[in-house]
Amino acid sequence: MLAYTIRRLLYAIPILIGVNLITFGLFFVVNTPDDMARMQLGVKRVTPDAIEKWKAERGYDKPLMWNSAAAGSGVVTDTIFFSKSVRMFVGDFGRADDGRDIAREIRTRMGPSLAIAVPTFVLGLFVAISFSLLLVFFRATALDFSGVVLCVAMMSISGLFYIIGGQWLVSKIWHLVPISGYSGGLDAAKFLILPVIIGVIGGIGASTRWYRTIFLEEINRDYVRTARAKGLPERVVLFRHVLRNALIPILTGVVVVIPTLFMGSLLTESFFGIPGLGSYTIDAINAQDFAVVRSMVFIGSVLYIVGLLLTDFSYTLADPRVRLQ
Amino acid sequence: MMGLAVQPLLLWSDALLFVMTAVIVALALWARRQDALRAAWARVAKNSVAMSAATVLAVFVLIGMLDSLHYRPRLDTQPGATAQYAVEVHSALDALLSGLRQRSEKTYSAPLATHLFSREALENSVEREFPRLKHGGAHLGENLAGHENDIALRLLFGAGAGLAVWLVMFAALRRRYGVEFKTTLKVGDGDTANGAEKDAEKGAAKSAAAGSVLLTLLAVFMLTGVVVALADGYHVFGTDKVGQDVLYLSLKSIRTGLLIGTLTTLVMLPVAVLLGILAGYVGGWVDDVIQYLYTTLSSIPGVLLIAAAVLMMQVVIDTHPEWFATTAERADARLLALCLILGMTSWTGLARLMRGETLKLRELEFVQAAQAFGVGRFAIMHRHILPNLMHIVLIALVMDFSGLVLAEAVLSYVGVGVDPSTISFGTMINTARMELAREPMVWWSLVAAFSFMFALVLAANLFADAIRDAFDPRSST
Repeated sequence: MLAYTIRRLLYAIPILIGVNLITFGLFFVVNTPDDMARMQLGVKRVTPDAIEKWKAERGYDKPLMWNSAAAGSGVVTDTIFFSKSVRMFVGDFGRADDGRDIAREIRTRMGPSLAIAVPTFVLGLFVAISFSLLLVFFRATALDFSGVVLCVAMMSISGLFYIIGGQWLVSKIWHLVPISGYSGGLDAAKFLILPVIIGVIGGIGASTRWYRTIFLEEINRDYVRTARAKGLPERVVLFRHVLRNALIPILTGVVVVIPTLFMGSLLTESFFGIPGLGSYTIDAINAQDFAVVRSMVFIGSVLYIVGLLLTDFSYTLADPRVRLQ
Repeated sequence: MMGLAVQPLLLWSDALLFVMTAVIVALALWARRQDALRAAWARVAKNSVAMSAATVLAVFVLIGMLDSLHYRPRLDTQPGATAQYAVEVHSALDALLSGLRQRSEKTYSAPLATHLFSREALENSVEREFPRLKHGGAHLGENLAGHENDIALRLLFGAGAGLAVWLVMFAALRRRYGVEFKTTLKVGDGDTANGAEKDAEKGAAKSAAAGSVLLTLLAVFMLTGVVVALADGYHVFGTDKVGQDVLYLSLKSIRTGLLIGTLTTLVMLPVAVLLGILAGYVGGWVDDVIQYLYTTLSSIPGVLLIAAAVLMMQVVIDTHPEWFATTAERADARLLALCLILGMTSWTGLARLMRGETLKLRELEFVQAAQAFGVGRFAIMHRHILPNLMHIVLIALVMDFSGLVLAEAVLSYVGVGVDPSTISFGTMINTARMELAREPMVWWSLVAAFSFMFALVLAANLFADAIRDAFDPRSST
């Protein structure tokens, strides 16, 4: 187990390096820092002095990868690549355009993001699995058919519609909860309940249909026939045998998402004014704050790789036949 | 020199769209000669839900195609002088809808309204009133009492005209195909076929599908008739902030949605297929490199990678304004770049599927036989592996479409979508969103954009499901 963990962690290193190189290439090679400065300062009416000042403020006034002017190890370390990209591995993300430390900002914004993402995730999973089991229990009946039609219809509606429609109906017409905003402590619940419910409803169509397919594939297996043949009621077959065996394909899609919950949801957070990482990213995109976007890309990939690792471990918990070697 | 009345203009996306259509037609002709593929298409053709979804999609595609024939209209000049052409770019759809495009109001007006949405101070009056619209209900004159009757009349007239056109078409088809059509109508009306023989059942399924196409066409015709009759005198979906007709904007958005939904998959297709087959068939270090490549790319969260790439693309476009002659060309370049970026971030899934399937095919007898005969590697990949992967490509193409149409709206909201001057569902939603806080609310732009998007995506989803069921060998059992 330990050897396996170490080997998997070692596998992750070249991928992280690859991600790092891609972000570096995207942000500093496709466009030079001069281009970015010109864009931010306005394409016309920009003096070379202003560009130099902009670059110096952000630490972009260094050579890209090789500083021949520096002494000793500075040849490598006193470059944009080292100070902006390699430093991300140790959690140093530099400063945003407004001068704040990005790493610190990420730590404080993680809480609100999780407060939305975790309940949405857990509740969504529960509702979708129950709903799909219900459809499978009544498979090939009118209930199953209309359930699938409903799922396809719900999948075809834009996520923006759920948010805009939900805000309008619940907050504006019924006045049940505030339209947007956030506060710490127990008070947060009244701000969180609507985004969580909308998040669950928005995702229900696609995930129910997916789980239904998984369960239907499982239900034609031999062991299910055996279980029925020995006289078990359909309810027991479904919940005790099928559900457990369907866990492997479900886990494959679900566990990998868990670490990325930290990143929050771009749409939900920005519509509901939640000060989490999702709205942080969206603000950065709109303000063209390249340092923040770069950091979020890197963190997102790290979390995804952690998710892949967790998926492998979850298999051993769900299925005793799987042994990690 | 005498110039043409218009100067045709081929935008890059138009060219790609027409090339794509040509390729699809060629592929369809090729598929007709393949027994397995013909059988699969026959299964789709017998599925009545799929066929009516396909009819709806065909209407959308027709609108998108009309909107892709671009030209620059000729400016009025002295006779004999060299022809001058306008800077703005129009399409055949614009010409068809010139009434809608030109009849713009001052600002917001509700659907079918006769007055503006907000009060304004009128001339020679101290009170603020709702001013009369310039075009909406202008034919009514001062006699506003007839407003509701007029709408009801137009509704009836439009629906009747649609029905009449449909009946003419139906009669023509019936004369052409005769007896077969009687069964069609019967089954289409809901009678179940009680033939015990399989052939009769097949025929019934086929004519049920034909019946559903006819019914869908009837709905489309009647809807079109109603909308045309109403649009002649009113703004059917109201007008937006600068007074543009929302119906016109919705129709123009269709092309953008179709382009993003299809071009994205198409630009990534060669890369995904090539790398997937190479990784699966050649193996060794090639496999390792390709796997590393797509694992790395897919570990970056999609939206963030797209956002980063689009931000960078914006910098490139903004720092090189000299590349584009007209704003339409710049918007077009941005649209294509967006497709390219979306494609580059999403090819990994298809490549992985291709690799897995190739690994399986490599071990099958016919490939081994070809190897034993000394057929070269590339010939095997091209002749024996690729044709057996085409069903996966087709399924991926149709399954991705609806997701991409929905993604466009979200990306435009995030600020990394199409150019703000490009009319799309995303830009419509994004501008209308600002007005939700108004009291009373301006809802019609949102409703129009969401309804058009829903119709397009639902039809695509239903059609894609049928394609997958017909072509996926696993699900046909």
